[in-house]
Amino acid sequence: MTTTTATTAPVLTATGVTMRFGGLTAVRAVDLTVREGQIVGLIGPNGAGKTTFFNCLTGLYTPTEGTVTFRDTVLPPKPHLVTQAGIARTFQNIRLFANMTVLENVLVGRHTRTKEGLLSALLRGPAFRRAEKASEDRATELLAFTGLAAKRDHLARNLPYGEQRRLEIARALASDPGLLLLDEPTAGMNPQETRDTEGLVLAIRDQGTAVLVIEHDMRFIFNLCDHVAVLVQGEKLVEGTPETVQRDERVIAAYLGTPFDGAPGEAEAAEVQAAEAHAAEETDR
Amino acid sequence: MTPQHHRIDAGTGTGHRAVPRLGLPLIPLPATTAQILTACGALLTLLSTFLPWTWTRAFPGNLTVTGYPGGLQILTLTGAALTLTQVLATAAPTGLPGLRWLNPSGRHTATLLLAAGTLATTWYTLIAIAARLGGLVNLEPGGYLAGAAALTTLTGALALPHTPARPLPPARALPAWAEIAVIAAVFGLALRVLTYGIGTAYGELFTGFLLLTGFTTAALFAGGLGARLTTLTHRHRRVTLTAALVTAVLFPLTQDTDEYTLIIVNILIFATVALGLNVVVGLAGLLDLGYVAFLGVGAYTAALVSGSTASTLHIHFPFWAAVLTGAAASLVFGVVIGAPTLRLRGDYLAIVTLGFGEIFRITVGNLNGESGPSLTNGPNGIPNIPDLVILGYDFGTKHSLGSLTLTPFANYYLLMLFFTALVVLVFSRAGNSRIGRAWVAIREDETAATAMGINGFRLKLIAFALGATLAGLAGTVQAHVAYTVVPEQYVFAGPVPPNSAFLLAAVILGGMGTITGPLLGAALLYLIPAKLQFLQDYQLLAFGLALILLMRFRPEGIIPNRRRQLEFHEASTDPGPGADGNGIRLTKAEA
Ligand SMILES: Nc1ncnc2c1ncn2[C@@H]1O[C@H](COP(=O)(O)OP(=O)(O)OP(=O)(O)O)[C@@H](O)[C@H]1O
Ligand SMILES: [Mg+2]
Repeated sequence: MTTTTATTAPVLTATGVTMRFGGLTAVRAVDLTVREGQIVGLIGPNGAGKTTFFNCLTGLYTPTEGTVTFRDTVLPPKPHLVTQAGIARTFQNIRLFANMTVLENVLVGRHTRTKEGLLSALLRGPAFRRAEKASEDRATELLAFTGLAAKRDHLARNLPYGEQRRLEIARALASDPGLLLLDEPTAGMNPQETRDTEGLVLAIRDQGTAVLVIEHDMRFIFNLCDHVAVLVQGEKLVEGTPETVQRDERVIAAYLGTPFDGAPGEAEAAEVQAAEAHAAEETDR
Repeated sequence: MTPQHHRIDAGTGTGHRAVPRLGLPLIPLPATTAQILTACGALLTLLSTFLPWTWTRAFPGNLTVTGYPGGLQILTLTGAALTLTQVLATAAPTGLPGLRWLNPSGRHTATLLLAAGTLATTWYTLIAIAARLGGLVNLEPGGYLAGAAALTTLTGALALPHTPARPLPPARALPAWAEIAVIAAVFGLALRVLTYGIGTAYGELFTGFLLLTGFTTAALFAGGLGARLTTLTHRHRRVTLTAALVTAVLFPLTQDTDEYTLIIVNILIFATVALGLNVVVGLAGLLDLGYVAFLGVGAYTAALVSGSTASTLHIHFPFWAAVLTGAAASLVFGVVIGAPTLRLRGDYLAIVTLGFGEIFRITVGNLNGESGPSLTNGPNGIPNIPDLVILGYDFGTKHSLGSLTLTPFANYYLLMLFFTALVVLVFSRAGNSRIGRAWVAIREDETAATAMGINGFRLKLIAFALGATLAGLAGTVQAHVAYTVVPEQYVFAGPVPPNSAFLLAAVILGGMGTITGPLLGAALLYLIPAKLQFLQDYQLLAFGLALILLMRFRPEGIIPNRRRQLEFHEASTDPGPGADGNGIRLTKAEA
């Protein structure tokens, strides 16, 4: 499962990313590389700056220092240009377009990959209709891929929690990204839904999209990731294969707490999950 | 709007519709007794309209004749007759055969609403008689009978058993031609009702009319007939659109005088501008409080190039060129205002647009050659705008087409109708496209929308500019209909629509993001002040009260958005966590 892919080309390179909010340094000089075909995990205790780091990568925040490079181009700190370049994301606190249908949500995700302007919408020429049809076909395909095909005409806000998270993934995939950023994709899910999401993330990787994922569920991280980085108080503490990270004394002290031996046992998993549920409650405010 | 708002919406939305009204009726009576009581009450009410209600013809409409209902009595008569048919249509156990289609749901709510509507209309009439003539002593026994009978009907209706809402049984299949005939008949009826409402000669009759139509429409939907008709119109969209257009074209031909045609031209202008504003507010979610300025820009441009003797430009463009110039001027004005302001969010945008709207009005008031360059004649405005002549067709004179006559305002009405149809087309096509979806996404959650690759600023500017252009279009016609433009037509709030506040109210009251909503909202908001002259000083107060009530009981507007209707697809579930995006939002607004 964990294949070392250090040989492939980098998709994303973050160099010296620092984010200060007044006196608070939420992210401090973080370097991170995600390579083609990799699933990279980003873990760390609550308030470590993981989400802030994501926001710096996607242009929602302008980093105080540092650069983000996607496939050899330096990204401008503008969210729509980042998405245009090929990075898509989901949000820790679901941010769907609640009053739009499931299909419409995914169609919005296709915005950057289509270019029909206002004039062509008003004239409704054959080119416009072809583009709309193509968008709809692609969206339908993605809904089938994420298992939401039956819900396409429902309002996003009426979906159960787990399906809302999957719809966010479908919406992000609609921009045909080279890199997908997932911010706690299984927060609030039951174990079955979490296992389904694992399968989904693997399938996304197999389709050629690299994934960078923030998660508190250690089983999820160690099952999926080729590479894991640990963020503590805004700084990158350790980075490496899941095995190195989970044996690292500092990580255990700062975050994991209980030492692991190989794959986590049921007791530890339950403990982590309880902690995670607690964390989700706190962060969801 | 933050997701938290949506959650509140979801709560109230499902709260007042999806909860089944089970339990005991308000008045405990056996079901059959209740039905008989309701039916007898309705019949008695109906008969009472054939008796005199008052002794003098001083009350308008002549309610003094035996055997011949007049004025407001006709409304009571209609209400009572409708109540009676509903009672029969829902009579136990399965409704009277042949009448069942009137209430496919089989529920008694429709009866209750109609009984309430009849009671409201009748009692309002009696109170109006007493108020106008000075005392209850002016009522004849017929009037008392009507009041008592209407009350009996409502009592009976309140005792009818509650039945839970359930999906409608499938409609009986009709051949396509019959369905089309039904649509045509409905539009014919709507035209008849609308003409009656606009033609009401005195305030009391109009109030009665509003009461009865309001309750009847509610009953129509409560009984399920409304849903049936909606399905039908969806199935035959083209036919429905044609029928709507034909109805609208036929309207001026039903009028003998120009008086009501002028009203309907103004309604049409108001409605068209409201629909333009709906692009900005309803789709893109940008609160624009100075929208009327764009109408003003269009109207002033058209006036300046109309060849009016008072115009400082002394040029006369053909109409099509004037329209293009007016729309272009509005577009430029929209972009100039939008470019700096659209980087702001929410409240700030509202305040800045409010300011710009006022700046427009004050500026044109100052461009009089004294306090500024000479362009608009200041507060005097530009009068004497000549009538349009398009391809030799003079809009200012009567034209006869066979036995039909088109009065000047009828000419303008038809011209404006063309523009309204154009704006409807633009709205529906823009709304249902990649751009329109991006607008709605921005309205729903701007941060998420930009993270999906939408250039928020650019799309908001497109919405703003399109809205401005549409208002400018309407303004070019308005200048010719009003024959004069003055700065005071373009205020933020005033008793005469269209002004920015009324435009916004028409959109919100009618239903944001819909096409029929603003059209209906504009019609109501124009007719109510025009018909209820006695309200004059209290008009804005009444208007405020109405808005508060509406926001309390029907926040989605009279006509809910299609998306809102989808809410009832399934049992509502908690949509998950609320918004923790505030940190992000603040930072982005600063950035
Ligand atoms: N917009 C902001 N303004 C000020 N401080 C902020 C802002 N956004 C985040 N922070 C602070 O930065 C720190 C890191 O927060 P962040 O949300 O990135 O943590 P996280 O690692 O995602 O935690 P969690 O696991 O709970 O999601 C916190 O102390 C937070 O309060
Ligand atoms: Mg976080």
